[in-house]
Amino acid sequence: MATTLTPPSPAAEPEEPPAPEVRTGLSDARRVGIGVFVLLLGVVSIVSFGLGSASGLDSRLVLSRAADAVQVPDIVLPARVTGLVLGAAILFLGAALLAGLVRHRVYLVLGIALGLFAVALLTWAARGADTSVIGLLDGTLFRATPLAFGALAGLLCERSGVINIAIEGMLLTSAFVSALTASASGNIFVGLVAGMASGAILGLFLGALSIRYRVDQIIGGTVINIFALGLTSYLGARVLSTYPDLNNPGSFRAFGIPGLERLPVLGELLFRNTIYVYLMFILVFGLWWALFRTRWGLRVRSVGEHPRAADTVGINVLRTRYRSVMLGGVVAGLGGTWFTLEATGEFNENMTAGKGYIALAALIFGRWHPVGALIAALVFGFTEELQTRLAVLNTPIPSDFLLMTPYVVTIIVVAGLVGRSRPPAADGQPYPPD
Amino acid sequence: MSTATTDAPAQPPAEPPDDGSGGGGGGGGEGSGRGAAFGAALWSRLRALANALLLPALALFTALVIGALVMIFTDPNTLNQWSSFFADPVGALKASWDLVSDAYGALFHYSLGTPEFFGRTLTEATPLALGGLSVALAFRAGLFNIGAAGQLVIGATCAGYVGFAFDLPAPIHLPLAVLAGFAGGAAWGSIAGVLKARTGAHEVITTIMLNYISYRVLDYALRSQRFRPPGRADLISRPVHDSARLPIIDVGDVRFHAGLFLAIAAAVAVWWLLERSTVGFRMRTVGANPFAARYAGMSVGAMYILAMVLAGGLAGLMGTVNITGRPSFTLTSGYYAFLGFDAIAVALLGRANPAGVLGAAFLFGVLRAGSTGMQANTDTPVDIIVVIQALIILFVAAPALVRQIYRIKAGRATGQSFTTNWGL
Repeated sequence: MATTLTPPSPAAEPEEPPAPEVRTGLSDARRVGIGVFVLLLGVVSIVSFGLGSASGLDSRLVLSRAADAVQVPDIVLPARVTGLVLGAAILFLGAALLAGLVRHRVYLVLGIALGLFAVALLTWAARGADTSVIGLLDGTLFRATPLAFGALAGLLCERSGVINIAIEGMLLTSAFVSALTASASGNIFVGLVAGMASGAILGLFLGALSIRYRVDQIIGGTVINIFALGLTSYLGARVLSTYPDLNNPGSFRAFGIPGLERLPVLGELLFRNTIYVYLMFILVFGLWWALFRTRWGLRVRSVGEHPRAADTVGINVLRTRYRSVMLGGVVAGLGGTWFTLEATGEFNENMTAGKGYIALAALIFGRWHPVGALIAALVFGFTEELQTRLAVLNTPIPSDFLLMTPYVVTIIVVAGLVGRSRPPAADGQPYPPD
Repeated sequence: MSTATTDAPAQPPAEPPDDGSGGGGGGGGEGSGRGAAFGAALWSRLRALANALLLPALALFTALVIGALVMIFTDPNTLNQWSSFFADPVGALKASWDLVSDAYGALFHYSLGTPEFFGRTLTEATPLALGGLSVALAFRAGLFNIGAAGQLVIGATCAGYVGFAFDLPAPIHLPLAVLAGFAGGAAWGSIAGVLKARTGAHEVITTIMLNYISYRVLDYALRSQRFRPPGRADLISRPVHDSARLPIIDVGDVRFHAGLFLAIAAAVAVWWLLERSTVGFRMRTVGANPFAARYAGMSVGAMYILAMVLAGGLAGLMGTVNITGRPSFTLTSGYYAFLGFDAIAVALLGRANPAGVLGAAFLFGVLRAGSTGMQANTDTPVDIIVVIQALIILFVAAPALVRQIYRIKAGRATGQSFTTNWGL
């Protein structure tokens, strides 16, 4: 009965360039490379964190706050032994990779090794002192929030086939607009909505540049970024410093979810937050559902993967792209308000400091998937938080190098040391093609 | 015709459309006739040149107009006049006109008004030309070098270090500093090139991240004893010695430093490389179509690396002429990194072609040199220049937009592709 059906063949898309890679596991070279990297991590753990800590020093990992209803006992780890044990475990993982014992879940093993390394690093840094694990995780969530919004904004655009490198400019513009409007109106929610609207306008602008005027999308996005930086700096110098009242929007307060916030450890972490963290989780799972379980999502994805096919079955490619890019702008605008209405309570020149680009890297690392993007944002957030913690703990690592870590990690991620990911097939291509 | 000339399979899409034989080389006048034929050929060359200049000129004009609107609608006094527009329409218009003409008048007076200011404009244009060449060269190889800022910082750090750490006679010291600046920038640029070639990491993200890293590297260096002047605690380096400073040249009252000649020489070198050499032909082919280039047996990765090394080196020279030519001669935190972003605008306005880059650099030199005088005399913040620059890039990058505003008939295809997408 299969005779009438033509088998699906990769030659069905003659105008597409052939995919350079076939997805069949990892090459041996890459696995060996990762194995060597893991071995190095193990050596660093043993030499620096294990042998580098004087014996007898303990690290106290604090799991609950004094005010919590349910107290979870602290974990006390001897610093030297922990470094040695974790280092040995990492070495074992590296050896397993090199010997070829692990072939399929290489990235999982790498992730475990990195996690163990992070614990070893933290134990070493906190030797002879306390460190609050809850505080660390809380800070991770806090720093991951704008990255997650940025990555989700990029996701919406790129799933429909428009590269959005303008996330940075959208975040910055929205941060400025929300500070101004919330201060002027005295209502923080006005700032939230105005920030989202400003994102939508920039999204429309990006859409017009890339869809109607067919500007190279990366250049169009860069133009928006430079423009946003110039305009917000100009207006900041011109308006906000003249009228400081206009730069005093106030900030959102954390509120608990009744019942759930009383859970030990998790309650404090997940269910006692500002509106942004809740919105982030709602948005991640909402977008996952919308993109992969609804007709709308199927359309968006088809336009991003094969616009001609989508056009043939009657989907309006350009309109779908415009809508997705504008929706992405709304999400980026929401993320931008985080900088003023949650993080600092005022607008500062260039306050996003490259977060939009890191969000873009999180999108790529997260393989153009909402849940992946969230996980990637959390990884980047953790790196940033760890960096600030280490700076406070007075480690011998120079502070300038600690400040580099988020950027270095981003390069490593994008360079595919942690896996090459595949963008939507028509990402960045105008439609109809030239 | 031994090497590839510009007319045959070249003219890659990496070269923006519409500029025909604009500023660069070209295969005009194939020795056909004289007299009338020559006149016609000249006429068509002139027309092509005028066509090539039309869109950038309109882009500049439109950007200045919108910049003026931004000024008007952010100035409290003028806004007050506008709020009583129906009572006194002339007053509102006059206040707006005064505001804009004062600001732009100051902008152009403090950049072109006197020989002294003109010299300052040339000095400002020099690093921009080198940076523009860096971004333009990368464009032609299909790469978008947003990392000129970081390459500038690293180049300036290396050149500055050579400049103040050693005591050498000037004929050796200055070239050594220039070489160090080039090498530092080239090394920093090569990171992105190698990553692109080996792993496919998109250079836009890696170069931006390398920018942030470079600022930290400079800060770290400035904290060290080797860089810090005795008795200072802030982030500043020792000044570059006299023997490593670029000589000052005086033509009449126009004073500028010798970096200008370096920039012009670099433009000629880039033109020769791109238009007259085999390597440049390969580079442009890779930029036009990496698949075709690979099919033709060219090493795409090697071209990416080479392009980023040269682009990084040119951006390093931008930092070098700054640290060895700009008074104060000291490194500070985030040393003039913003020039790296101006360089992108210069390259786009110059349409990624060396002669165009020189012209665009001069124009941006005017904006930059005039903006400080404008801020001091008319209270207009210098940041307006960034807005105007972004508008210029926007209109240059979107010729269709300019055509629509001015109802100009479309020439050839409007879609242009400077860069490669994620997957490549």
